[in-house]
Amino acid sequence: MPTLLSWGRHPQTPQTPTPCHWPDDLSRGLADLQRQGRTTLAYGAGLSYGDSGLAASDHVLHTIGLDRFIAADWQTGRVTAQAGVTFEQMLSVSIPRGWYLPVSPGTKYVTLGGAIANDVHGKNHHRHGTLGRHIVRLGLRRSDRAPLVCSATDETALFRATIGGLGLTGLIEWAEVKLMPIRSSRIRSVTQRFDTLDEFFALSATLDLQHEFCVSWIDCGAAGRSLGRGVYMAGDFADEGPLEVAHPRRLTMPVTPPVSLVNRATVRAFNALYWRHATRTPTVRTGSYAPFFYPLDSVLQWNRIYGPAGFQQYQCVIPEASARDGIAALLREIAASGLGSPLAVLKRCSDLASPGLLSFPMAGTTLALDFPHSDRLTHDLFPRLDAVVRNAGGRLYPAKDAHMSARDFQDSYPAWTAVEALRDPQLLSRFWQRVTR
Amino acid sequence: MTRILLVGASSAIAAACARRWAADGAQLMLVGRDADKLEAIARDLTVRGAASVSTFVLDALDTPRHAEMLAAAVHTLGTIDIALIAHGTLPNQQACQLDVSQTLRELASNATSVIALLTLLATHLEGQQHGSLAVITSVAGDRGRPSNYVYGSAKAAVSTFCEGLRPRLFKAGVSLTDIRPGFVNTPMTAGLPLPAMLVAEPDTVATRIVHGIARKRDVLYVPAFWAIILLIVRLLPRPLFKRLSC
Ligand SMILES: Cc1cc2nc3c(=O)[nH]c(=O)nc-3n(C[C@H](O)[C@H](O)[C@H](O)COP(=O)(O)OP(=O)(O)OC[C@H]3O[C@@H](n4cnc5c(N)ncnc54)[C@H](O)[C@@H]3O)c2cc1C
Ligand SMILES: NC(=O)c1ccc[n+]([C@@H]2O[C@H](COP(=O)([O-])OP(=O)(O)OC[C@H]3O[C@@H](n4cnc5c(N)ncnc54)[C@H](OP(=O)(O)O)[C@@H]3O)[C@@H](O)[C@H]2O)c1
Repeated sequence: MPTLLSWGRHPQTPQTPTPCHWPDDLSRGLADLQRQGRTTLAYGAGLSYGDSGLAASDHVLHTIGLDRFIAADWQTGRVTAQAGVTFEQMLSVSIPRGWYLPVSPGTKYVTLGGAIANDVHGKNHHRHGTLGRHIVRLGLRRSDRAPLVCSATDETALFRATIGGLGLTGLIEWAEVKLMPIRSSRIRSVTQRFDTLDEFFALSATLDLQHEFCVSWIDCGAAGRSLGRGVYMAGDFADEGPLEVAHPRRLTMPVTPPVSLVNRATVRAFNALYWRHATRTPTVRTGSYAPFFYPLDSVLQWNRIYGPAGFQQYQCVIPEASARDGIAALLREIAASGLGSPLAVLKRCSDLASPGLLSFPMAGTTLALDFPHSDRLTHDLFPRLDAVVRNAGGRLYPAKDAHMSARDFQDSYPAWTAVEALRDPQLLSRFWQRVTR
Repeated sequence: MTRILLVGASSAIAAACARRWAADGAQLMLVGRDADKLEAIARDLTVRGAASVSTFVLDALDTPRHAEMLAAAVHTLGTIDIALIAHGTLPNQQACQLDVSQTLRELASNATSVIALLTLLATHLEGQQHGSLAVITSVAGDRGRPSNYVYGSAKAAVSTFCEGLRPRLFKAGVSLTDIRPGFVNTPMTAGLPLPAMLVAEPDTVATRIVHGIARKRDVLYVPAFWAIILLIVRLLPRPLFKRLSC
């Protein structure tokens, strides 16, 4: 049977899946592995980068087959679906009826269960917060209890621990989501380049208030006076236009090349081109939601481009007060290292609180960058970046992580003990084993 | 609005087809042996846009109740535009070799129960002078192989039955599509060591099946490349096949 890795393909610890198609397969899977003396973990679409979605036992319950809708009320915009339903599936039924997901990450292939377990955020965090704020109820299967329903009023502690709970508090069987109304599926976007980090903060301070969705691309290779240059992108759903599900042509990265195609030379060339392509004055255009929200989805399995060694993403959030200096310090370290990739994203997060105990975002600025995996990365660059984040009072995103120290995790997520107390003893990830030592 | 009867509706391939029909606003009746599964699929299809979905619990091996099922379908759907028979089981060939009763059970679920349903539905659609009948057989029916000839012969029986039935139905304006999938990633094949390159997703397969039924195709290999593979397999001279086949 084919085994599974995480999206970053690092660490390379292949997972043996038990496919789950029906709710009872979850309970059966838990019980079967328990009998074998093994713990396990749910595996959704496998779009988390590091080891938070990898089971300590390397045996996962593959939940993508739990892909059925359960109910929908198109008057109020509430949809209940099994945990393996992907955001792509949700959008394909909700868009024609005038509804969109309240929060959506940079790929539409995530499953509902996986998105809840990481309490994902999107380009509208400054308006809508994380996904967890829009979850009404969820059904949970645990090894030590009968199936239960958690919400803000029932099983509250488990509800809060499960949102952003990294899959540890039980297997999410289904969830009910509050959608957001749209009048058209088209996005009116504004793109504008900035020359410095200060310009980013100035743009963001004024434009974030005016737009529903905002994100910036940043040239991680630029140094000196160009440090922090990039392209600011904002957008809103258009008031008029069709309600159309996008079916863009998709390419697939067919093979894993023997070495990473992302290296110093290709990154430099790409970044310079991309930055120059954008103009200093705002460019306005209206187009489908898909390329605006999910540009990377147009190439399936693009993670192969990094070669057999895989890659890691570094995503941190730096609190408001130290954001400017913290981000500048991180960018200086990255530019000096010459590592990095074209995929670098900067975004301001708001203080909208999530019910989740281990939610990643906080009021401040988040930076996310991909790096081809190498020893230099883990032994040299990441420790330097970690020190900057630590001193600035920030934290790393477990969904992207394969390296953070137990100390950094426990200091920056003090609620971890509450999640550990509610953890299903049959569920354990490699990440959790690593950071709770 | 298309009115559709699905037997073996909890099959992953059938459910994927049903999703496509539901998105186009079809009215469906789901038949299967597990009430909970049928209920879950019915809810799913309703959210996806089906005009209405009803269910009927039936074990396909329970031939005496087939007529009752058809009566229920006619009562709910009125005219039947499409009837798809999808149920099946993948036998453990080794076990069948040692146990005749198991072999006969597998032949019942993959051949005789299917032929019983085809007989009943064919006559009904013929009477309607309208409709598309479809059945999922398998590429395994094209030539027996040591690793799965119980399954293969059951599927071959259905395919041969269809060859004879098709011209009869043709005269009444009713089509009969014999759907022959290759490897598909469904609960039936979970855990089998299949060559990843050759395994299709139910969703991909469903696109071709739904399209093929609409175009009233006679025989449909899914995905299409299996037609070529099977052509070669069928052409292999017997002395060679005897030595090579596994
Ligand atoms: C191109 C790209 C862009 C991205 N952009 C963003 C972004 O903008 N914002 C953001 O927040 N994230 C982003 N991510 C990360 C991604 O959204 C999260 O990692 C998400 O959780 C992945 O969902 P999944 O279904 O693949 O879950 P997996 O990666 O398979 O699993 C994630 C976690 O959920 C748990 N889990 C999965 N299913 C269940 C279940 N049924 N019950 C209990 N636990 C479960 C797993 O155990 C694991 O801990 C991005 C990822 C990619 C590849
Ligand atoms: N998957 C492949 O690679 C492949 C290849 C070639 C052909 N096929 C054929 O495709 C069809 C669909 O199979 P699938 O791949 O979708 O597998 P599946 O999901 O396992 O579906 C098989 C279905 O048949 C049902 N079934 C079995 N015996 C039954 C009975 N006596 N009465 C009622 N229902 C019964 C099962 O019901 P329960 O859910 O209640 O068990 C199940 O829903 C089958 O005919 C199969 O032989 C599959």
